[in-house]
Amino acid sequence: MAIEDDVCVIGGGLAGMTAALRAAREGARVRLLSHKKSTLRHASGLVDILGYADGELVADPFDALPSLPETHPYRRVGDDAVRAGLSLFDDVTGDAYRGTHTDANALVATHGGTVKPTARYPTRVAPGLASQDRKTLLVGFDSLTAFDAPLAADHLAAAGVPGATRGVTVAFPGDFRADSRVTRSARALDDDETVEIANGSMPVRRALVRAVESHLGDAERIGFPAVLGEEESQEVRNALESALGIDVFEVPMGPPSLLGLGLETLFQEALAEAGVRRTTGNPVVEFDADDGRIRSVSTDRNGRPTPFHADEFVLATGGLVGKGIDSDREGVVEPVFDCHVPHPDDRYEWFDDEAFGDHPFARFGVTVDDDLRPLDAAGGTEYDNLRAAGSVLGGADFAAEKSGSGISLATGHAAGRAAGAAANQ
Amino acid sequence: MSDAPTHDADEFEPVDVFETTEMDLRPGADDCYKCSTCDTSCPVAEVDDEFPGPKFQGPEQWRLKRTEGHEIDDSITSCSNCMRCDDACPSSVPLSQMHNTARGEYVENQRFGREALSALADGNLREALDIVREGQDGLVERLRNRILANYHTSAWLASFMPSVANFVMNFGPARWAMAKTMGVTSEREFPEFADQTFREWWAARGGAQVSNPDKRIAYFHGCYSNFNTPEVGKAMVRVYEEFGYEVLVPPQKCSGTPMFANGMLGDARRHAETNVKNLAAAIENGAEIVASCTSCSMALGQEYPELFDLDGIEDVAAHTYEGVEYLRLHEDLEGALDETSVDGSEFAYHAPCHARNQGLDTQAVELFSDLDGVAIEDVGDSCSGISGTYGWKEEKYDYSMEIGEEMFEHMEHAAGETGMTECPTCAMQMEHGTGYEIRHPLELLEEALVTGS
Ligand SMILES: Cc1cc2nc3c(=O)[nH]c(=O)nc-3n(C[C@H](O)[C@H](O)[C@H](O)COP(=O)(O)OP(=O)(O)OC[C@H]3O[C@@H](n4cnc5c(N)ncnc54)[C@H](O)[C@@H]3O)c2cc1C
Ligand code: SF4
Ligand code: SF4
Repeated sequence: MAIEDDVCVIGGGLAGMTAALRAAREGARVRLLSHKKSTLRHASGLVDILGYADGELVADPFDALPSLPETHPYRRVGDDAVRAGLSLFDDVTGDAYRGTHTDANALVATHGGTVKPTARYPTRVAPGLASQDRKTLLVGFDSLTAFDAPLAADHLAAAGVPGATRGVTVAFPGDFRADSRVTRSARALDDDETVEIANGSMPVRRALVRAVESHLGDAERIGFPAVLGEEESQEVRNALESALGIDVFEVPMGPPSLLGLGLETLFQEALAEAGVRRTTGNPVVEFDADDGRIRSVSTDRNGRPTPFHADEFVLATGGLVGKGIDSDREGVVEPVFDCHVPHPDDRYEWFDDEAFGDHPFARFGVTVDDDLRPLDAAGGTEYDNLRAAGSVLGGADFAAEKSGSGISLATGHAAGRAAGAAANQ
Repeated sequence: MSDAPTHDADEFEPVDVFETTEMDLRPGADDCYKCSTCDTSCPVAEVDDEFPGPKFQGPEQWRLKRTEGHEIDDSITSCSNCMRCDDACPSSVPLSQMHNTARGEYVENQRFGREALSALADGNLREALDIVREGQDGLVERLRNRILANYHTSAWLASFMPSVANFVMNFGPARWAMAKTMGVTSEREFPEFADQTFREWWAARGGAQVSNPDKRIAYFHGCYSNFNTPEVGKAMVRVYEEFGYEVLVPPQKCSGTPMFANGMLGDARRHAETNVKNLAAAIENGAEIVASCTSCSMALGQEYPELFDLDGIEDVAAHTYEGVEYLRLHEDLEGALDETSVDGSEFAYHAPCHARNQGLDTQAVELFSDLDGVAIEDVGDSCSGISGTYGWKEEKYDYSMEIGEEMFEHMEHAAGETGMTECPTCAMQMEHGTGYEIRHPLELLEEALVTGS
């Protein structure tokens, strides 16, 4: 009867995928339910643990963890869980990521020309670290307005990065539509397609080298927006490096993000290998519980429910952006299980007067015990077999702290391990 | 998080597409935050540089259209209605619904005569002639699309003389003429018509063999398993009867899938009226609706309520299941499969695009992985490229094969030399690209649970 698993994870973001993977490694039969495809394809592909604390840049996140408030998700799960989450990430991503050699934050230049403290970054990005004192040329494409290379270079200079940075804008070789999709140019580079240029035709990689050569000057490295290939990015970069004679790196971009897409693929492969069963396309909207335990959750498709049964459940539906936490006139709610979300009754207390101030609403989310089980208003556990992970948790301001992926990894890991172990009993 | 309602009720401008179908997709268009994720998941945009992609077809066109005098861009006819963009959008913008509506409107609005007359009135004879000539081409294309979309009519005619039809449809000179005059590609073999349709078989066996007022399903067989692959329909019936179900086969017409993709919403609506009436009656009668084709279950479960406003249409949507899905939810299918085995078979499984949005893309592999004697491998999440009628069009054939390339490659790499999928047109494409025989999951269920036992 019906669909039954040991562990059912709700939410296909980084937290949900991590929890599912960890629970499966515990030997449990795991199902991952997700409304939409993974959110990683929208993300920059960088993995931050903690970039800022109290508005100050953090050099080493592990030094700063103990000073976080008691209610912060990192404090709930502890340093070891943070390390364990990271190590699962390193295991999944292998050669595709860098940053394992140190606890300290790396500084990565973003497409807007800001410098971002981060713990793990794609190998494609690595030669471009902003902390290195090297003369840098940034190249933008006129068809890709999201990255204005001269402007980004100015911003980086203003931010005081070591090493002179210049920016130029060139036309991406070939006759692609003006609003050409990033995947289109990436695939052209993957296959080294022949493209038409002013005086004839040539392979696109060579044409790209031609287009930037004259701008090189004394640059010691050259950065492109992260569109240099989808499946053969290593080969594309190698080809450009040997033709140009200097290091080539990529700058993380906003959505749709090839770096995020690449990370998504790595996690999906790991999930498939671990035997995690995935069902996507429809949201979870209801559940059945008795005796303080969740028995099943149901997805909805145009009014038709589909139930999924399990022994243990993990809630990883995301925060205010991912709709894991929602607000209406009545207040702030967690829409799937209606877990308690503490918030001031007076809406005016949700916001700071300053636009960029410290807004309480950014920390809204479910509160949990040390085992990541959501707590009700009276401080008791909502359900024995429900745990929460990722940005559905309250107590952290992901955007301001730059802690999004780190919290998802740490709490996803902890929730997955606990759920897998509980299901095995 | 503001108190202000996002949409002012007074500002709504309902767009009247057909008779009683009133749709306002504006809130959907406003939900788009231009992240372009939909564009990166569109298989047509990937190979056809002229196709501007779902973001343009959907939200952007919708905004443009509200400014006066904007006509639907003709690129809408290049969208294959694979509905992958729906699944990709993080903001739940109803992209395919917008495309279907826009396509319907585009097809309705193709009135070249008026433009030719106004060119004439301006004394521009040459332009007038050009417009008329283009219009004629357009007419042939529309006729072709209409024939492709109304597959059930040709199939119904052919079913009277299947062997003659099989011969004529694939007869060289006839195919050449079809390609030249109508733009139906001659690269593909028309699917064979069965000697006995599913409904003929059903009547000949005397209808349901099990009666059970407590377990009843109404089978929506669609055109393809009726005319071309009745073995799928028979497998469906036998498996359900094995589990003690009473199977009803209500009178039915085409689900409308090929018509949505060709903008023939008027035709689709007429068919929907019959289907909804008969299926709603079956629901009254205690049955749940089960389809063996994932595009049919998509049409009944999603496109119907999105596009038409008919009595009982929501009810039909809320009671529609895919054939294996229903059994999984209501019977101990895994348990039953645990106790049986089949003679060694290896399958290269392709999940149809339309199975994805219904959450069914992993079902077959999940279910059959543990079945003794079976090895099944997913060939990846690319689109097969045929998307119903898309790959039958002369001008789209090459794109269709280019989209399918990844799937063909993965099929060749997979251990199995037999293909498996729920969608009849994906099956055509899989066979066309690899020469493999293609089976439906229900046929394997039949082998495991009925004929094998
Ligand atoms: C645009 C963007 C940029 C980012 N940039 C960075 C960055 O620079 N550095 C960094 O470290 N991290 C970044 N992140 C990652 C972000 O911090 C992670 O998304 C975060 O780790 C939260 O992950 P999550 O899994 O908790 O939630 P989400 O990623 O929000 O995932 C929630 C999932 O739950 C699903 N869901 C929601 N409700 C339901 C339901 N009812 N039923 C079923 N499924 C449901 C959603 O479809 C989604 O798959 C970025 C993310 C985005 C979107
Ligand atoms: S995916 Fe959705 S939000 Fe993003 S551009 Fe497409 S329609 Fe807009
Ligand atoms: S339905 Fe398919 S072909 Fe049409 S725009 Fe969407 S993704 Fe592209």
